[in-house]
Parts: sequence; structure tokens; C-alpha cells
Amino acid sequence: MNYETVIGLEVHLQLNTVTKVFCGCSTKFGQKPNSQTCPVCLGLPGSLPVLNETAFLFGIKVALALNCGIQSLIKFDRKNYYYPDLPKNYQISQYDMPLAYNGFVDIPANLTGLPKRIRILRVHLEEDAGKLIHPEREGHSLVDLNRTGIPLLEIVTEPDMNSPQEAYDYLTRLKSILEYLKVSDCDMEKGSLRCDANISIRPSGESKLGTKIELKNMNTFKGVKSSLEYEVKRQATVIDGGEKLFQETRLWDADKMITLSMRSKEEATDYRYFPEPDLVPFSVDKAFIEKIRQRLPELPEAKIRRFMKDYGLSEYDSNVLAGQSEIAEYFERCAQVYENRKAIANWITGDIMAYLKTQGASPADLGVSPESLAALLKMIDKGAISGKMAKEILSEAIETKMAPEKIIADKGLSQISDSGKLEEIVMQVISKNERSVKDYRSGKKNALGYLVGQIMKETKGAANPEIVNRILEKALEARQ
Amino acid sequence: MMEDLHLSTGHELKVLMRDGLESAKILDALYARIDVLDSKIGAFALVNRKAHRRPGGGTLDGIPVLVKDNICVKGEDTTCSSKILKGFKPPYDATVVRRLKEEGAVLIGKANMDEFAFGSSCETSCYGPTRNPWDLERIPGGSSGGSAAAVASDETIMALGSDTGGSIRQPAALCGVVGLKPTYGRVSRYGLIAFASSLDQIGPITKDVEDAALLLGVIAGYDEMDSTSVDIPVPDYATSLASDVKGLRVGVPKEYFVKGIDREVEAAVKRSINVFKDLGALVVDISLPHTEYAVSAYYIIGPAEASSNLARFDGAHYGYRAPDAKNMLDMYVRTRSEGFGREAKRRILLGTYCLSSGYYDAYYLKALKVRTKIKEDFDNAFKFCDIIVTPTSPTPAFRIGEKANDPLAMYLSDIFTIPANLAGLPGISIPCGFTRSGLPIGLQIMAKPFAEETIFRAAYTFERNADIEKRKPKL
Repeated sequence: MNYETVIGLEVHLQLNTVTKVFCGCSTKFGQKPNSQTCPVCLGLPGSLPVLNETAFLFGIKVALALNCGIQSLIKFDRKNYYYPDLPKNYQISQYDMPLAYNGFVDIPANLTGLPKRIRILRVHLEEDAGKLIHPEREGHSLVDLNRTGIPLLEIVTEPDMNSPQEAYDYLTRLKSILEYLKVSDCDMEKGSLRCDANISIRPSGESKLGTKIELKNMNTFKGVKSSLEYEVKRQATVIDGGEKLFQETRLWDADKMITLSMRSKEEATDYRYFPEPDLVPFSVDKAFIEKIRQRLPELPEAKIRRFMKDYGLSEYDSNVLAGQSEIAEYFERCAQVYENRKAIANWITGDIMAYLKTQGASPADLGVSPESLAALLKMIDKGAISGKMAKEILSEAIETKMAPEKIIADKGLSQISDSGKLEEIVMQVISKNERSVKDYRSGKKNALGYLVGQIMKETKGAANPEIVNRILEKALEARQ
Repeated sequence: MMEDLHLSTGHELKVLMRDGLESAKILDALYARIDVLDSKIGAFALVNRKAHRRPGGGTLDGIPVLVKDNICVKGEDTTCSSKILKGFKPPYDATVVRRLKEEGAVLIGKANMDEFAFGSSCETSCYGPTRNPWDLERIPGGSSGGSAAAVASDETIMALGSDTGGSIRQPAALCGVVGLKPTYGRVSRYGLIAFASSLDQIGPITKDVEDAALLLGVIAGYDEMDSTSVDIPVPDYATSLASDVKGLRVGVPKEYFVKGIDREVEAAVKRSINVFKDLGALVVDISLPHTEYAVSAYYIIGPAEASSNLARFDGAHYGYRAPDAKNMLDMYVRTRSEGFGREAKRRILLGTYCLSSGYYDAYYLKALKVRTKIKEDFDNAFKFCDIIVTPTSPTPAFRIGEKANDPLAMYLSDIFTIPANLAGLPGISIPCGFTRSGLPIGLQIMAKPFAEETIFRAAYTFERNADIEKRKPKL
């Protein structure tokens, strides 16, 4: 049977505020266990939460960038459940009145899909829990509460995605927007961005939704996509086999590339939500929201359109360049000092992004400034270096973090385009290789390649090949 | 004279110290008193034998203050009189404790209380019951029974209590002392181990109105650590202690003088209302029509919040942990089963039930609606009056064990104090006479939010003019 896939995603985003959401403790990652705690985030008796205004502000920024409506009264609720990583045994979250609601993210067209609007159901602010560490064979567990109280934004979509690729594209665009806002590290491997998925399938044309399965434990965007692809196949196999699916939560096993049942719906807990009495609800001024809206940076979609219009780039290039705010910034700095934008785009989307991807690095780590890249490209235009040389210089500059101009100067690498100097070398080579010259003249045209090779050898590859060809051919013809 | 120092009030001692009295002498008098009496009364959960005057002076310089055992004092046992918190020494001071220390108060110990402030009799403490100094066979009221009994028996000069549904005012009434529950938000709750966060408020329990004003002046004020504290300047309460109620409109709600109220209590309160009239106040009949629903709403909202607030006591991080638990769930179950007393368990179960999916709307949400109605009742009433005068408790102190197995009867002893908590209003209880058998009777005065000054003025005037016999319990 043919099935339609229905996917909704829930993203938990750690906001990169300096301090935690309800106390003054540092949010720094990777510190000594329990060193970044106080009575409030330890949940000690008598302590009380106080909302971090920056976390709230970041939440509003995200909500506006995701085209959401903002709640006029901000209220928090307690979500009650017992777990040792949650020292109060309740989490301060938002239940019936999330910070923001009814937004959307437009995902661009790509090779396999169509442009599409993914609706955002809600965005709410809450506190993160701590971490449990289970030392092997020691019979006890350890609790690290450094993460407890780090601000989390939960972003929930409507079930608007119809393929794993669309889910991947949504996450990519969402991450891009969040990076533009500079509100989070968005690092899935460090856990600053986490994603759970809800997926069901139904026979094509059927209007009733199928049985919903919740997927957890995906640690990369690719993992999200793979787990969803696996689930589409698994669910179809179950239904085709005449069996029924039941509502459950499944865990993605990235090594085995399969999902495994974790718990069924029947075991679902009652969180006994109720309004958090320790935080007074407060109303949000419309003028305040408008002020934040006006201060939002240009977002990916607007930037893509502008790149196409202002720089005449293709939609594909614009998408790739504007996908990451730092890349976009790098491109634009380069474009300010160099006219050939298509060439810049090619170099960035090609060599530079390939390097960044393999190294997991960001443009800030790159030893080559946008201005240096522009200088390199200008040298190609002037014929001072060849394209091939430029590639090598760039890669060396990236590796050694040395300025490309310095590499060229140190190695005397600049291309010899001086016709007078080249003519001299051509004459020397011709006089030393009379046999090849004879061969050429007797019609063996490939002897030309050998002579060019000799000239290149003589100049250590620095000769401008076009000029060499021109001079050499002219010289050989003239002698006849 | 010197051996009677324990009988003094705070403001009297301030004068004596200005004239050269050493604060150590006050402490000596109190320690001697505690040594003789407290084995009978049981007002203390912990006596701080190393208490001493701090350098630096302050409003309460050298004056001993007893702090209820649910208020955090850095490095001192703070247990809410519960086994589950045995040995817990907070690494920080509650804001009120910090303020007491800054103003030179001497912290003399921790006051016994009903476990986690659940009760009106001080019978549920893990340290054993507190007894009423006026009759050792009777309860002192609760939950701040230790604080009130210690003040009444002159084992301390002043005390702090906490009031969620009457826990300051009711024991103050039953012990014949002054107890004030401030407006919700007037005093920081930071460091008060929460029972019901939306109702709890810390307040003074003292020997007279002037001391209550003195102590409130120290502990009141906005605190950035408590979002529910309100940023309104703290007035100089001493200046509100004028003996004058001429033209003050005294509201008397008819709903507070109905079935179940003790005849002697009713008579004493009615006499008190006439005292106000004689002093030139205008007595107005008012109605608070939703009063009868207050107790029901309170016994949903209070336990609901408590069930969540007390969830953290699980043996994982601090306090009591049941030994030999087989696994995490077993640790939770055994720690909480062994650590909490009967009344705490009853309230946790009640609150958990009220918040459960399918019951939330019928109980919790409905209780919140009742709460709004009760607030509206007061808003309307205060259009016609400046203060509202009622009995504090429907009866004088009852016998130990009398209501211990009848939770409903116990819950009704807070019938007149609960509405002020639901509405967030300030309320004071001051002595207004004795029963024929010699038990104290309390008069409650409530006012608009942040109108503590009006309460002090009325209470002070009454105290100075009412011709209430100045008695001390025979101990």
C-alpha cells in the first residue's frame, strides 16, 4: 500500500544566557560537577526562583523570528514528576499559556522537495534538568546539577512535515534562524539543541491520522532523518503485515540504525500541572514587543532574497551562503571589496565550506580573512597567479593560518606573466630541445605539450600558461 | 528587677540597654527560664546555647528572637519539625534572618511547630507537642505554637512565625499574645520552607503591639530574591502607634458570628467592638457572603501547593534517607513513608488528588474561583470600613488529643483566619480577655493590603484602652 507520512517535531533549545533562568549561577559548559549551583538551582528548601530577563527576551526574539503571536500575560506552571536530576521534583515550565504560539517557518525548495510552510504550534520557556552519571558496576549513580536551571526554549511544530527530508529541511532552517539570533550554540552534540519527533503514517488519501509514535535520542540532524526513514519503513511493514501499531515512545539507536520501544502510552505520567505560585504572572507591553521586533537582525529568508537581488547570485548559492549567519557575513565582507560575487560564492561554497565541514570549524576559526580571499581572487584576475595556485595557497593559508599574501611573497609564488621574461625562457627551452622542435615542425603537434612542460619546470610552475602557449606557438611558427 | 528581665518586651529592653543593661543578662534570664520551663512546654525545637550579641548595633540590638523551625538559619538545624529534614543545616540565611542579624537581633533558637506547618495544635511535631502555658493539658494552637507558647511563657522576648491559614494569629490568640500576619508580599518568603507558596507569610509574635510593629519594621520590605514580594516602601510603623481611633470605620461581618462559635469568645469580641465604639470609632455591619466556602477552598489550594512543594523531600539530596533502599523508587517510597508524619501524608495525598488529571477543574480550578470571590467580598467590604474586627478563633485552646483524630474539626479552628490568607490581607490577633476558666481569647483585626499601619493604630489603641486584665500564666 502507499502511505503518507505525517511528522511533527519538538525542539529543546538551550539559550546561551550568561546566567541560569531562575538564579544567578553560570551556564558555562563542561565545568566540575555541581560547581555551578546555588540554593535555588539545587532546589533547597526555602529557595525561590526569579526570572532571568535575558532568557525571557531571547524567548521573545525567537518567537518573533518564528512569526508567532506573543502571549499578553506571561505565566509559569509546575510540571510535577520525580527524578533525581530534577531536585525540586517539579520543573518550572509553561503549560496552558506558552510564551508564544501560532507561528511558522518556511522551508525552501530543494532537490527532493517543494517549498513549504511548517506551522509552529507553540514556543515556551522552561528550566533544564541536571545530568545523571551511571558509573559502570559501582551500584550507584551520580547527580550533576550544573545543567539544572539552564534556560530551555521548547519549540513545537504542527504535524506539517510529510517526509524525513522535510523534517531535515525544517531543522536546518530553524537552526539557521536561531544562529542568526545568536540566542543559542545550537550544538546537538553538546545537547544545546535536542530534537524529538512524532511520526505516523496513513494510507494515501486517508484523512484520519495514523498511530503516533514518539522518537527520542537522536543526536544529529542526520540521525533525525535516518530515524524517521527507518520508522516510515517499519510502520509500513507492520501495517502491511496486517498488524496494528500502538502509541509508544521509541529510542533511536544510532549504531544499529534502528528504533527500539521505550515505553507505551499506558505508562504515560500525569504531570499535575498547576500555576507556579512563586513567580508572579506579568503582562507584556505591546510597545516592548515592537521594539524587539524592530531590533531583530535580517533573517535567512530576507537575506537569501537580498543576495539574489543585490549580488545576482543563484537561489542555490544564496541559500547555501545565507544558511549560516557567519558564512553570510564572511561572504558580504568579501563582496564589499571584490566585484565578482559569483567567484566569491564559488570559492566559499566550494573549498572553504568543504574545509569547515571536515574540520567542524566556523569561519571565525579560519586563518583567511574575507579581505585576504578577495585579494587572492584579484590576483587571479590580474593573472598574477593561476586558479590552481590560488587553491593551493588558500589551502596552505588555512592550514598554517598564514596570510595568503605572505605565502605568495615567501615562496616567490606569483605567476610569471611578464612576456619579456617568458620570451627569454621560451627561447632557452627551444634552443635546448631541438629534437622536439623538429618533431613539432614535422607535424607531431603533441611535442608542444612537452615543451610547455619544460617551460613550467624551468619556472617552477609559475609561468602563466596562456601566455606561454601564445609565445611558444608564435616562436615555433616564426622559425619555420 | 534583673531576674525579671525575661518578662520584658523588646521596646522596654531597648530602653534598659540604652541605660547600660548588658544583653548577656537578658540571655541569662531567658536560658534560666528555658531550663526550668521548656521540658514542660516544649516550645523549642532547638535552643541556641551559643547565642550572643553581634557587634554593629541595629534596631534589635541585643534583643533575643526565636525563629520558627521552617525558616532557614545558615548552619543551624532547620527541620520544619519533621523527621524527613532531620539534620538539615541550610547553607544560607532566609532574608528575614539576614535582616534580623543585620539589625542586631540575637537568635536564641528554633521554635517547635506542627510538622511542615500542617496543623492548628502543634501536636504533629517530630519533637513532640508544644503545650499551652495557660493550661499544660491544652494545645497552644498552631502551627506556630512553639513561637506563641515561648512568647507567652517569657522563654523568649519575641518570635517569628509563619501564617498560611492562621498559623500566627490562632496560636497568638490561644496563648494570649500578639501575632501579625502581614500582607502577602510585605515580607520576603526567601528561606521560608514553603507549605503553600501563594498563602505563606512570615510575621511577628510578640508580647505587645509595639513590639510587633518594631519587629515587622525589621523584616518587611522588597527582596529581589522573592518575586512575590512587593516593592512598596516600608513605613515607620512606630509612628502609626497613635492611641486614636476616632472616625475609624470598624466593619463587623455577620458571617463571623454564627454556629459553632464559643459563647465566651463571642461575648469577649462583642465587648471589644463596643470598646472601639466608645473610643469614637464607627461600627458598621458588613457582609462577606462567601466566607462559608473559605475553608473548603483553602483545603484544596493549600494541600495542592504543598504536594508539589514537599515533593523535593525524597532522600536523594539532603535530609533523611531511608536506609537499605533496593533501588531509586524504593528509596523514594521508604524515605517519604518513614519521614513524613500522618498529617503531612494526608495533605500530600489530598493535594496530589486535587491536581490530578480529571479532577483539576472540579477541585483546584473551582477553589481558585472561590478565592477570587472571597477577595471580591473584601474589596466590597472595604468600601464601607477601614478595618474588619472578628474573633481570631471560634474557641479557646482545646485539650491535647481532643481533635487529633478528627481532621475536619481541626480544620475548622482556622475558619476565621483563612479568608485573610486567601485574599492576601494583613491580619493581627491581640488579646481581648479570658474565659472564666482563665484561657486567653483573641481579637482579629484585618485591613486592606499594605494597611498594616491602620491595623497597628487600632490594635495599639485597643491595647491601651480596653482595660483587659494584664495576666501572666502561672508556671
